[in-house]
Amino acid sequence: MINLTIDGKSIEVAEGTTVLEAAKQLGIKIPTLCHDDRLKPFGACRLCIVEIAGMPKPVTSCTTPATAGMSVQTQSARLYRLRKTTVELLLSDHPNDCMTCIGTGECVLQELAYQYGIRENRFAGAMREHKRVDHNPFITRDQNKCVMCGLCVRVCDEVQGIGAIGYAERGFEAKVIPPFGHDLDCVFCGQCISVCPTGALSGSIWSGKPRMEGVKFTDTTCTYCGCGCNITLRSHGDQVIRVESKSDNHNRGWLCVKGRFGFDFINSTDRLTTPLIRREKGGHFEKATWDEALDHIAKKFNEIKEKNGPDALAGLSSARCTNEENYLFQKLFRAGIGTNNVDHCARY
Amino acid sequence: MSSEIIVNVCMGTGGIAAGGDLVMEEFTKQFEAAGIENATVKEKCKLHKVGCRGFCARDVLVDVNVDGAVSTYQYIQPEMVSRLIQDHVVGGRPVKEWLVGDDYHTFHDNQTKIVLGDLGKINPESINDYLGVDGYKAAEKALTTMTPAEVIATVKESGLRGRGGGGFPTGLKWSFCAANKSDQYYIICNADEGDPGAFMDRSVVEGNPHAVIEGMIIGAYAIGASIGYVYIRAEYPLAVDRLHMALKAAKEHGYLGEKLFGTDFNFKIKVKLGAGAFVCGEETALIASIEGERGMPRAKPPFPANKGLWGKPTIINNVETFANLPHILNKGAAWYASIGSEKSKGTKVIALTGKIRNTGLIEIPMGMPLKDIIFNIGGGIEGNRLFKAVQTGGPSGGCIPQQHIDLPVDYEGLASVGSMMGSGGMVVLDETDCMVNISKFFLEFTQSESCGKCVPCRIGTKRLLEILTRITEGEGKEGDIELLQELAEDVRDSSLCGLGMSAPNPVLSTIKYFRHEYEAHIKNKKCPAKVCNKLLTFFIREDMCVGCGMCLRACPVNAISGEKKMPHKVDNNLCIQCGSCFDACKFSAVLKE
Amino acid sequence: MAGLATKFGSGAMTNSVAEIAENEAMLVIGSNTTENHPIISLRMKEAVAKGAKLIVADPRKIPLVKFATLWLRHRPGTDSTLLNSIMNVILAEGLEDKKFIKDRTEGYEEFVKSLESFTPEYGEEITGVPAEDIKKAARIFASANNAGIYYAMGITQHVMGTYNVCAVGNLAMVTGNVGKYAAGVNPLRGQNNVQGACDMGSLPNVYPGYQKVDIPAIKQKFETAWGKTLSGNVGLTASEMTGAMLDGTLKGLYVFGENPALSDPNTTHSVKAFAALDFLVVQDIFMTETAQLADVVLPGTTFAEKEGTFTSSERRVQRVRKAIKSPGEVRLDLDIIDQIYKRVSGEGDVNQSPNPSDLFDEVAALWPGIAGINYDRLEKEGLQWPCPTADHPGTKFLFEQSFSREGGKALFTPVPFVASDELPDKEYPYVLTTGRELFHYHTGTMTRRSTGLNRIAPEAFVEVNPADADVLGVGQGEFLTVSSRRGSIKLKAKVSKIVPPNVVFIPFHYKEAAANLLTSDAMDPICKIMEAKVCAVRIEK
Repeated sequence: MINLTIDGKSIEVAEGTTVLEAAKQLGIKIPTLCHDDRLKPFGACRLCIVEIAGMPKPVTSCTTPATAGMSVQTQSARLYRLRKTTVELLLSDHPNDCMTCIGTGECVLQELAYQYGIRENRFAGAMREHKRVDHNPFITRDQNKCVMCGLCVRVCDEVQGIGAIGYAERGFEAKVIPPFGHDLDCVFCGQCISVCPTGALSGSIWSGKPRMEGVKFTDTTCTYCGCGCNITLRSHGDQVIRVESKSDNHNRGWLCVKGRFGFDFINSTDRLTTPLIRREKGGHFEKATWDEALDHIAKKFNEIKEKNGPDALAGLSSARCTNEENYLFQKLFRAGIGTNNVDHCARY
Repeated sequence: MSSEIIVNVCMGTGGIAAGGDLVMEEFTKQFEAAGIENATVKEKCKLHKVGCRGFCARDVLVDVNVDGAVSTYQYIQPEMVSRLIQDHVVGGRPVKEWLVGDDYHTFHDNQTKIVLGDLGKINPESINDYLGVDGYKAAEKALTTMTPAEVIATVKESGLRGRGGGGFPTGLKWSFCAANKSDQYYIICNADEGDPGAFMDRSVVEGNPHAVIEGMIIGAYAIGASIGYVYIRAEYPLAVDRLHMALKAAKEHGYLGEKLFGTDFNFKIKVKLGAGAFVCGEETALIASIEGERGMPRAKPPFPANKGLWGKPTIINNVETFANLPHILNKGAAWYASIGSEKSKGTKVIALTGKIRNTGLIEIPMGMPLKDIIFNIGGGIEGNRLFKAVQTGGPSGGCIPQQHIDLPVDYEGLASVGSMMGSGGMVVLDETDCMVNISKFFLEFTQSESCGKCVPCRIGTKRLLEILTRITEGEGKEGDIELLQELAEDVRDSSLCGLGMSAPNPVLSTIKYFRHEYEAHIKNKKCPAKVCNKLLTFFIREDMCVGCGMCLRACPVNAISGEKKMPHKVDNNLCIQCGSCFDACKFSAVLKE
Repeated sequence: MAGLATKFGSGAMTNSVAEIAENEAMLVIGSNTTENHPIISLRMKEAVAKGAKLIVADPRKIPLVKFATLWLRHRPGTDSTLLNSIMNVILAEGLEDKKFIKDRTEGYEEFVKSLESFTPEYGEEITGVPAEDIKKAARIFASANNAGIYYAMGITQHVMGTYNVCAVGNLAMVTGNVGKYAAGVNPLRGQNNVQGACDMGSLPNVYPGYQKVDIPAIKQKFETAWGKTLSGNVGLTASEMTGAMLDGTLKGLYVFGENPALSDPNTTHSVKAFAALDFLVVQDIFMTETAQLADVVLPGTTFAEKEGTFTSSERRVQRVRKAIKSPGEVRLDLDIIDQIYKRVSGEGDVNQSPNPSDLFDEVAALWPGIAGINYDRLEKEGLQWPCPTADHPGTKFLFEQSFSREGGKALFTPVPFVASDELPDKEYPYVLTTGRELFHYHTGTMTRRSTGLNRIAPEAFVEVNPADADVLGVGQGEFLTVSSRRGSIKLKAKVSKIVPPNVVFIPFHYKEAAANLLTSDAMDPICKIMEAKVCAVRIEK
């Protein structure tokens, strides 16, 4: 274990802990833009700089390992000035369109601008002008809003193992693009969107849907495969408008293309909305009331049971539905009807 | 006549560019031609290609050495070869009017040559030439008679510091690396010379590649590396060729490969070509590039000496650093430490350019005063104009004004006035140079070479450049100097790597020493050096104008009028200050104020 | 799951997903993990990045192969032979975990004998995997401190599926890789709540918590709890139901939230069976292929509209929460089942709705494995069963102390060679194997209604090796007719080296070219799973 002091407070941390992590353990907040606990430190945004006694210049706390006896200062006039300049520089090359931006309200850059009170920009100058090219149905790129934090590139490489995007060009024109500008290897997991700190990357199906106002957040569990990812549904009225995942859950916030983007079936107009009955064999479906349908079922089940015994009835339950539903379903057959003829389609 | 005659032809990149290969060809042809009657010539005369000796401005340089008496000729072209052979080689009479002058000797005599010592003397394509100057003796000595710790101790004692720019003590860096426990160590030679106008490393690799290889063997042995890399610019084809040639020869002679000098030490060197990104000279970006990643710097710590290539302890030294090592091992740490200044030992190779009479590659003992370099070796300012400043350290260095002309050139001295040693670039500026424009020029370079990873460098250098541009275009605003200063300091203090940290140096140092020039641009809308066209008024002197019409045709906006053979006139309401007329006029009739 | 239950006493992932990252070696067999369990595959990639060795055994060059240390391309249907020959090498080279075998297993001698004939050379002959690679795999797997096995339907959907699972279990046992951290035998469950459906007793032979219906004491426990007389006869499995419908013994069927008319192998056969019923009720969110055959269709709810719990592959019980109101007159599924229960039995108040939390407590009282779980505890995060008491933190990996079999030891089960039911012949020369693709899910009821997903993956295809495509004279995207003894479909060719020569692959999501019209309903005699992964087909242009 290593002892160090941050802003005058002592803390003991494990070998290999970074200064940023140590500060976090102490509850000291250091601004970051390119950092994500789940990814390797990058050191690009320069906001998490701190002063360390004995070091001539500020260093990035995200990349600096804590060492024994280290004395760290996270706030000072000098650090404030450097951080503010960095934010101001970022804003000087950022479209000032928070009003209409999909990222508004959950944009790290917007929050930093607010914190540092940047209204006027001393460094106003040329801005990047990337044409928008999106040939895929899932991910919308607005590269003029990219802050080059590299989170998308790193998550694609380190977590997803795909490496569908990388950096191109140099200097002010540096940008993130797929190889030769095509979506070559993308599996559309949308991990990149989930880590993007601005509105540069967003889900194409989010577009035009409410952002924050009137939006409800519901923590639940994904309905696709057996991974059991924790997800948060954003809904507005009776519309599910977005699926996301929190980074502190067991799937660490990562989702796949189906879990993240495959939710429009919920509000599909194809949904069945009333019970349907075929009143005679070979006839057409007709709308029915619930009472009619349910009584009809009870009647038919009881008829069969009386005539052919309970084992002439069977139920196929669902690996898609809840535990409680499955429990009640098998109880219906076992206790209500009196047969063990109950199974589900797990075998396929 | 039974004398031995050696003819050396300069065949560095500079020499070849001036026609060295054609001169060489001509010598070969004429020596072999039956027409030369004196048979002794054929037997006794040797023709050598040699590396750059530094005075490229005088190329093609040719030495004719008759029994040790060397006559050096300058500006030699193929058509001059037959007379050289007839008069000097055959006839024994040097061609006086083609010989170099006194300035050639002052240029050389004021230098102390260690790294460049054998350049221009030995054939870089011949391992035997290198062996003839005690080549590979130092490596043999290190491997067979010293422990790695002793080698490191010797390098520490010598006081050698990294010649790539940082000036970090080489021996100390090696000891950090060797202190790590690892199954693999790497040693890398950084030959990714990217500063505009710098050609120190290129000349050394071209002129004496074996010295670099030998230095790497010594370093590899000291830290325990079995694999080395030379990261060299692909735009240095001659250096790359000669490096490959040297590596092949060294391998054939058993200096690379397995069980070197009969010991258990194995070492091989791979060559990795850099694609010309300036930032790849930064060691962590260089490592990323070797690993196949985009050349983007990584945060330090961890330092490469602890976690470098493929996460293993790695030493990266510059070409010049490696080329010093054989000499240190051969002649001893004390000898090396006796050269130079208190904290900077040995010599430094410098690319001397700009408004100076003798431009070229020089090597000076650390601590030599600036004025000695400029006025002795360099021969003073061209055209007897006034010295203004000297820019050192490459594009990220600073400008040093007249008042510091006595400054000793070493790591501390340069840093004390806000500049740096860098890899050794030195650009002399005179009264016709505008300091705002100079700093804009360097920012243009660093901005376009920024890798774009960190915010201060990517956007900050762009904004610095924009402010400088508007000042040179007469759009400067009150407060711009302070804004430049503040931003430059912030970029310097918060950038990730050396590129961003040093990119503001030209701005900061020119504001410090030439603030009045900035003020003249901003407040008076004048460029005192008459460089910034947008701030100038163009007019034509009637007495000088012959009415040739060149300026009229060159003007893109039809601002010039005049009858043929009659003096022309500039309409300043139409003029856009592009300067085309000034450049077009052959009679110095166009003036700018 | 019958295989694992025989060997260990219960069947589920023995270990947790997060532990995968700590594996030193992994064997992924019969699981296209990146496409079917994308988030679990991230942990595998993480392990590889940390230096773990990954062995992928799959006839197809699945995306995970890119991360593999070793790829074993065995012939479809030869999984257990591959595993047996790997174990033969482990024993021959003395790489087995002797202490584990001695302390924690039984049936070893017979098992050793059963492996004698499975030399790597024999393995090569049957599986097509070079003997050298079989040896390499054995060494990689057996020399790791922690090695996990991950499998899915590629192992189970075969006539010898149970044997395959047994072979997987044997491998974990012989190397001492079960009952410890970051190892184990890990079936990856294909649907969000397969684990839960099994746990809750949606199986013909067990009540909730795998308590057997044919053990009188258990039956009595449930009779007391439910206040009803229960049947002591094991019921019909889903695949057996098809037969019972056709022979007329099964008259009425209630299908809840599944689409067997598209997902069942040999669907022609099962559609015929549904038609033979007197009465079919289907409860679903869409008019599925099965619903179209029903007498009554009940509109159900999506997961976004209800409260409840799902249990993931790693035995993690997690909350499902209501985010929105259902459309139209849609009622909660739980209400519908409850109403039918009340109306069939004539008991209970039809004006009252069941409370999911109460129902969960009811199960928890009947199954000690989840006795410590309730909705309050699930509020913040899920819990992994077994979780027997209110202060139990849940169980990351199973069998640390002992196995659930009587006596507490794991059982080695000899696995003989069994060939697939339908092998290629002159008439049907190709092997068809089926599966899912990344962008769709199961029968596509949900994903094919997602504009984005359907735009990326709009149509069915058959993967054909370039060599076969050459013989067939078919180019990329050209239509092919694929026929088996049961049916025939027309779909586009995707010429790709993902499949080996003589093997074709069709995803089963597409109703317009339903792969399961072709697949065989030959059944594993023990667990009654159908052989969806191997059948013989003919291909024509």
